[in-house]
Amino acid sequence: MTVTTAPARLVVEGLTVAAVGSGATIIEDVSVRVAAGEVLGVVGESGSGKTTLGLAMVGHARRGLEIAAGSVCLDGADLFSLSPAELRKLRGAAMAYVPQDPSSAINPSLRVGGQLKEILTTHGRQGAEADARLQEVLAEVGLDSRHGILSVYPHQLSGGQQQRVAIAMAFACRPGLIVLDEPTTGLDVTTQRTVLETVARMCASYGVAAVYVSHDVVVVGELSNRVAVVYSGRVVETGATADVFGAPAHPYTQGLLRAVPSPERSGRLVGMEGVPPRPGQRPPGCGFAPRCPLVIERCTVAMPELVPTDRTGQLARCVLVETGQAHTEGALASASGQDLAEPAESGAAPVLQVTGLDAFYGQRQVLFGIHLAVPQETCVAIVGESGSGKTTLARCIAGLHTSWTGEVRYGGRPLTPGIRRRPKDVLRGIQYVFQNPYASLNPRRTVGGLVAQPVENLAGRRRGRHNDEKILDALRSAALSVEVVNRYPDQLSGGERQRVAIARTLAVSPTLLVCDEVTSSLDVSVQAAVVELLRRLQRQHGLAMVFITHNIALIRSIAQQVVVMHDGQIVESGTVADVLDHPRADYTRQLLDDVPKFSAAITGASDA
Amino acid sequence: MTVDATPAPRAPADTGAKGRPHPIARLIWTRTALGLVTLLVVSILIFAATQVLPGNAATAVLGHNASASAVRTMELRLGLNKPAVTQYWDWFSGVLRGRLGTSLANGQPVWGLVGPRLLNSLVLVILAGLIGALLGAGLGMFAAIRRDKPADHVLSVGTLAVTSLPEFVVAIFLVIIFSTVLLHILPGVSPLESTSGAVKPWQDPKELVLPVAALVVVIVPYIFRMMRAATIEALESDYVEMARLNGLSPVRVLLRHALPNAVAPTVQVIGLNLLYLAGGIVLVEFVFDYPGVGQGLVSAVADRDIPQIQFIVLVLATFYIAMNIVTDVAALMATPRRRVAR
Amino acid sequence: MTAPAPAPPPEATTAPRVRRREWLHILTGAARTPRGMAGSGLVLLVVLLAVTGPFFAAYPPLQFVTTPGAPPSSKFPLGSDILGRDVLSRVLDGGWQLLLMATAAMLIGIVLGTAAGIAAAQLRGWRDGVIMRTVDVILAFPQLVFALLLVSILGPTRWLLVVAVGLSHAPQVARVIRAAALDVSERDFVKAVEITGVRQSRVMSGEILPNLLTPLMVEAGLRLTYSIVIMTGLSFIGFGLQPPAPNWGYMINENRIILTTNPWAVVAPAILIAVLTVGLNTFTDAIARVALGIERAEKLIAEASGTGSVAEIPA
Repeated sequence: MTVTTAPARLVVEGLTVAAVGSGATIIEDVSVRVAAGEVLGVVGESGSGKTTLGLAMVGHARRGLEIAAGSVCLDGADLFSLSPAELRKLRGAAMAYVPQDPSSAINPSLRVGGQLKEILTTHGRQGAEADARLQEVLAEVGLDSRHGILSVYPHQLSGGQQQRVAIAMAFACRPGLIVLDEPTTGLDVTTQRTVLETVARMCASYGVAAVYVSHDVVVVGELSNRVAVVYSGRVVETGATADVFGAPAHPYTQGLLRAVPSPERSGRLVGMEGVPPRPGQRPPGCGFAPRCPLVIERCTVAMPELVPTDRTGQLARCVLVETGQAHTEGALASASGQDLAEPAESGAAPVLQVTGLDAFYGQRQVLFGIHLAVPQETCVAIVGESGSGKTTLARCIAGLHTSWTGEVRYGGRPLTPGIRRRPKDVLRGIQYVFQNPYASLNPRRTVGGLVAQPVENLAGRRRGRHNDEKILDALRSAALSVEVVNRYPDQLSGGERQRVAIARTLAVSPTLLVCDEVTSSLDVSVQAAVVELLRRLQRQHGLAMVFITHNIALIRSIAQQVVVMHDGQIVESGTVADVLDHPRADYTRQLLDDVPKFSAAITGASDA
Repeated sequence: MTVDATPAPRAPADTGAKGRPHPIARLIWTRTALGLVTLLVVSILIFAATQVLPGNAATAVLGHNASASAVRTMELRLGLNKPAVTQYWDWFSGVLRGRLGTSLANGQPVWGLVGPRLLNSLVLVILAGLIGALLGAGLGMFAAIRRDKPADHVLSVGTLAVTSLPEFVVAIFLVIIFSTVLLHILPGVSPLESTSGAVKPWQDPKELVLPVAALVVVIVPYIFRMMRAATIEALESDYVEMARLNGLSPVRVLLRHALPNAVAPTVQVIGLNLLYLAGGIVLVEFVFDYPGVGQGLVSAVADRDIPQIQFIVLVLATFYIAMNIVTDVAALMATPRRRVAR
Repeated sequence: MTAPAPAPPPEATTAPRVRRREWLHILTGAARTPRGMAGSGLVLLVVLLAVTGPFFAAYPPLQFVTTPGAPPSSKFPLGSDILGRDVLSRVLDGGWQLLLMATAAMLIGIVLGTAAGIAAAQLRGWRDGVIMRTVDVILAFPQLVFALLLVSILGPTRWLLVVAVGLSHAPQVARVIRAAALDVSERDFVKAVEITGVRQSRVMSGEILPNLLTPLMVEAGLRLTYSIVIMTGLSFIGFGLQPPAPNWGYMINENRIILTTNPWAVVAPAILIAVLTVGLNTFTDAIARVALGIERAEKLIAEASGTGSVAEIPA
C-alpha cells in the first residue's frame, strides 16, 4: 500500500473551523486529500474535532460554528463558494455522509422506505428507476426488502439494521465522496464486523473517495489506506496507514497505539495521563505538549510544522521529527510484555462461588444455570455482547438485581438476593464499580464526601470527616492527586471520575471488586490507564475481581481467567491463555474472529 | 465475502396483530377504566365535601340564624336524616339515571338549569381551543423558522409578557379597551337571558368575541412556546441535519422532516390548555356574565345551591378526565415510536 | 444496556457547574440575565409598593372621603371607588396580605408535593400507586374550582384560603417531583449508595432531594405565580379575602360598575396583579433558562400551561 498517484477527488486545504462568537478554533489548518478508490482514516479521541472535520468535508458546519479559513474542493469545485442550491444538488448525490448514531439520524416519524426513496427522487430518479435502485442498494447493504423493511419505522430495526439503512441512504445515488463518522460505535463486535465488511466492499466496488472517521485505531488500521491522526484540532501525523501505525513518529500516535488492547498480545497497557485541551484553551505550542512524555522546552513555544519523516509520504507535526531526533519505534511491539501472573493455587476456597443461578426480568428468564467460581486474588473476566446477561450476573452478585434463584456463596456463606438482608461485612466485602462514571457519582457531593460515604455507612465512621488520612489514602491509591478532595465530579475528567469511583470502593478494603464495563465510556488512552490501575490494585491488595466487558481484546491485559457468555448462558470458561489461544466454543471463535485487528502489513512493519 | 448474518427486521408485518392488543386500543382501555375509577372517587369526594363532611349542610344552606324548624325541613329535603352511604347512593344513582334533583334556589330541575349552560360553555371552550391552538401553533412555527430574527424576538417577548396573566385580568383589560373606556365596539357584558337559555350565543357572534378572546390570550403563549421550542429542537436534530446533508429542499426539510416531530409535544400542550379551560371559563364567564356552567357555578355557590354545585363540579371533573385521555391518545397517535410496537 | 456508550466529549458537558449553595448561584445568575432583570424588577416594584404602601396611604382605606366614582384629582390621584373611598390608599393597602398568603400557600404545596413525589418515586410499588391515584383524583378538579369548593363550604377565612390553595398545588408539585425523582433514583449514584445498605430515608434526603434543586426552584416560582392568580381570582368573585378591607382582586370586581366614571379604580389593581404575575413568571423563566439551558426551559414553561401541570422538570 503505497501513496496513491491518482488525482485527488477531495482536496482540503488549510481548513479552519471556529466557534462563531468566541472564535475558538475547533479544527485548525487541516489539509488532506483523498483520491477515488481510497479510504482515508481520520483517527482522534473525543474532543479532537474529528466530527467537525468530517462534516466540513461535505461542506457543512453545525450551528454556532463557521468555516474561518481554507477550502474543501470536491472534483475541483470549492464547496464553500457554491450557492446553497448548488450545494444541495451535490449533497446526497455527489457526496454523502453516514452519521455516528443512526438511531437519531434517521427520522423517527417517517417510514424507512419513504426516507430512502426521497433521496433518490430529490436527485432526479423517479418511479420505476428509483424503485429498482432502491432494491439494488438494499441488497448491497445486506437488507432484504422482502421482509417489509421499507414499511417499518426506524425504531423497529436493530442498531445494525439502522446503520445499514444509513449506509444505503449514503450510497443510493452513487456518490463520488462518502464520509463515515464512527458508523460502528455502539454496535456489538459481530455486527460491527458485518457493517465494516459492507463498508469496505461498497467503497471498493463503487470506487468512491471515502473518509472514515473514528476513535478506534484498530478499525481504522483495518479499513483505511491512508490515515490522518487528529489531536486538539490539528493533524499531528499522516501518511500510509501501514507507515503511521507501523512506525509512528509522533509521540501521540505512539501513545495511542500503546494503549490499544489486543486479544493476541498479552501485556500491560500504557495509558496517557491528562486530557486534551479544550477549544479556546489550547496552549501556544504543540497541543500535545502538556501530556507528552518527551516534551522539551521548544514544544511549548511554537506550533511545530507538519514535516516529512524518513518514510515517503509520512508527515508528523513534532519538534523531534523536525530535528531528526524521533525514534519511530514499533509502538505495538513495546506493548507486549510479560504475561500476567497465573491465578493463585486452585486449592484455596474461592471468594465467590455461583451455583445454578437463574435470573429473571419479570416472566422472562435472562440467565440460565450459571456456574462461576472466583478464586482468591484472581481476576475473572466475563465477556459477552449486549444482551448476553453479563451485567445482570454482576448485579445479582452485588445484590442490585434480586429476581434470581440458585446459590451465590461469598466466603462460604450463602447470599440473599437483596442487599437489605445482607450483613454489613458482606456489603463491605463486595464492592461494585459502575459502567458510567458520569452517572455513578452524586454531582452534589465533593470527592471527599463521595469517598467517605461507604466508609461512614459500612464501617460506622463518624459523618462529615472528608479530609482524613483514610480518604486521602484511598485517593492516592487510585492515582489521584489529594487536591481533588474538595472538588465536585463535574470538575473532573471521565478518567478521574472513574478513579474516584474506584477510590470509594478501596476505602472500605473490599475482598471482591465487581467492575461492570468500567472503561466502556472512556477514551482508549484513558481506558488503558484505568485498566492498568485496576490490575495494579488487584495485585497490591490481593483482591478478587469480576471484570465485566464487551471487549474481548481487553481481557489479556487484566484477567487471569475468563468466562464467555452468550444469550444468558456460559459458553466457555477457563484460563485466559487457554480460551483465547485455543477457543473450543464456536461462539468464542467467532467473537475472536470478529474483533478488528491490525493487518500483517502493520504488525509486520513494526517487526522490521 | 459473506454478505449478511443479521436477522430479519423484528416482525414489522405483525405489529400489534398477535394476540396482544394494539398499543392505542390498550391505552384507551386502561385509561378509560382508570378514568372511571377516578371519576367514582371524585363523585364521592364531591358529595362528601358538599353534603356530609362539614357538619350540617342544612345550616350551610340556610345560614346560622335559621330557625330550628326550617333547618329540619331542609334536612328532610336534602335527605340528611338518612345514613351517608344511602344519601350518596341516592344521589349517584340519580345522576346516572339523569335525575339530578331540583335547585334549592328556585326549585327548578337542575338539568333544566345546567343543560343549556353546558352547551354555551362548550361553544366557548371549543372556539377558544380551536383559535388558540391554530394561532399558537402557527405563530410558534413562524417564530421557529425566523429564530433569533426580529420577528421571533417580538413574538417571544410579547407572549412572555402575557404568560400567566390571570384570565380575569385579561378579560377586564379587554372590556376596558374594547367596550367601555377606550372603544365601544364590542359588548362587554353578555345581555343573553342568563337562566332561560332562550337565546343561543352563536346567534349573536359579537357576544362571543371578548370571552373567546380572553381565553385565547391566556392559552396562546403556552402553545406558541411549545410549538416554537419543539420545532427548533426538530430543526436542530440529527435527522434534520441528515436530511439537509442529503440535499433535500428547505421546505421539504421543514414540512416533512421537522414538523411531524414537533406535533406530538404541541398536541400534549394543547390538551393541557383545553384542560385548563375547564377552570378558566369560571372567571371569564363571570366577568362577561356569560350564561355558561362557570358562571352557573359561581352563582350556585353564592346561593349555596348544593344540587347544582354537585352536578356542575362533576361535569367539570368528567370533562377533565375525558380530555386527559383524548390528549394522551392524540399525542400517542402523533408518535410512531410509541404508536407502533417494536 | 451493556452496549458500549460513546464517551461524552469534554466540551459537551454544558451543564452548569455544581457549587456550594447552588440555589444562590442560580438566583443571582438568573437575576443577571435580561429576563431575570426585568422579572425581578417588576416583582420588587410591586412587593415594595405592597409592603411599604400601608405606611404611605394618605387616607384610612375604609374611610369614605369623597363622592363615589370620582375621577382622579389633585387630592385623590386615582380618584375614588364605588363607595367614595380613596382608590390610591386602598391600592397601597390591598397587597401585603395577598403576598403573605400566596407565599404560605406556595410553601404548603411545595412541601406536601415534594414529600409525596419523592416517596412515590423511591418507594415504588403500591405506595406509589396510592399516592399517584390520589393525585389524579385531586387533579380532576380545576384548581380554582377545588379551592372555591373548599372555601364556599368552610367559609372564606384567611387560613382556609391558604390551605385550600396550597392543597390544590400539592398534586401538581407531586407529579413533577415524582418524575424528576424517578429519573434521579434510577441513576447509578443512588444505587451505589443503596448497596452500602443505608436506610431509604437517607437515600431520599441525602441523594435524591439535593438533586431536585432545579425542579424545586422552578416549581416554587410557578406555584407562587399561580397562588396569586387563584387567590386574586377567588377574591374577584367574592370568595377570597372579604371586604371591606381592601384587596386587589375584589376591588376590580366591585368597581366594575363605575368603569366609565373612574376607570382607575379598576385599572390600578388590575395592573398591579398583572405586573406581579408577569414579573414572577418572567423571573421563573430566567431561573429555568439558567439552570436547564434555554431550549429545555422553553418546553418546560410551555408545559406549565394554565394552572400549571408541568409533566416533568429535568433534575
